[in-house]
Amino acid sequence: MANLKPLTALGHDAPEVLSIGAVRISERFDVALASVAARRGKAGDLASAAQGIGLPLPAPATHQAGDPWSAFWVAPEMWFVEAPFASHEDIAARLKAALGDTTSVTEQTDAWVRFDIAAPDLAPLFERLSNLDLARAPVGFASRTVIEHVGTYLVKRAAGEVVLYGPRSSAASLLHVLEVTAKSLL
Amino acid sequence: MLINHPILGPRDAQEFVYLGDANLLHRPDGLAEGAIAAFHDYAYQRGNPAGEHRELWYHEQGDRSWLVVTRNTVTHEILKVELARDVARREGRSR
Repeated sequence: MANLKPLTALGHDAPEVLSIGAVRISERFDVALASVAARRGKAGDLASAAQGIGLPLPAPATHQAGDPWSAFWVAPEMWFVEAPFASHEDIAARLKAALGDTTSVTEQTDAWVRFDIAAPDLAPLFERLSNLDLARAPVGFASRTVIEHVGTYLVKRAAGEVVLYGPRSSAASLLHVLEVTAKSLL
Repeated sequence: MLINHPILGPRDAQEFVYLGDANLLHRPDGLAEGAIAAFHDYAYQRGNPAGEHRELWYHEQGDRSWLVVTRNTVTHEILKVELARDVARREGRSR
């Protein structure tokens, strides 16, 4: 069999980590991702099936962390689910088996690049990047937003901690704009 | 311009894509009598009012929902925003 070597979204064999001033940008590739959407009229069935496996289905514009499942809201009756990649590489198959015919499940892991961004105060960085009012958003806020023409999902995990999911094919462009904007703060 | 999204609250208009007259929700029955004339009107005839207008907007850089926005085309005041899904269901167009 061919000796295959996994690459990160940026094309390297190890994730990229940058420290620019107080801002730390770290690429993550250890999180499996899948989307879960209730089929028409089946939102109640999905809610009870999700409860059975401890899968959170948070309210609009929020993220809810859990073990092993975390989730954030993306659209009415649709969520993105996160789980550790090491134990849940087959995330879509597992969710489909647990949630059954009430739900459409789509594998998303390889479609996105994830950057964890941390700084004591992230407001100056994100007011240059996005039109969301991150400083006033509560912890647990999750929303889609545009950063330099790239559609991304932004999750405020803590006061100084943001998780950003962008399209994997734009990983380098997204990292570039994060880097340039962080340098402009120096 | 801000659009007051029914689920997410006020959001910047640049997150949205404009489609046009909300009358597009009223797609004629293709098998009914006079369907060709009905589809001609559906495809080509549009009112162009100076004043209140119901429009379809898509929240592309948000939750990807379709909205019916009632807007005054003279003052650009937004009078009402509803999920297109709710509007269609109320009219019995979707289950």
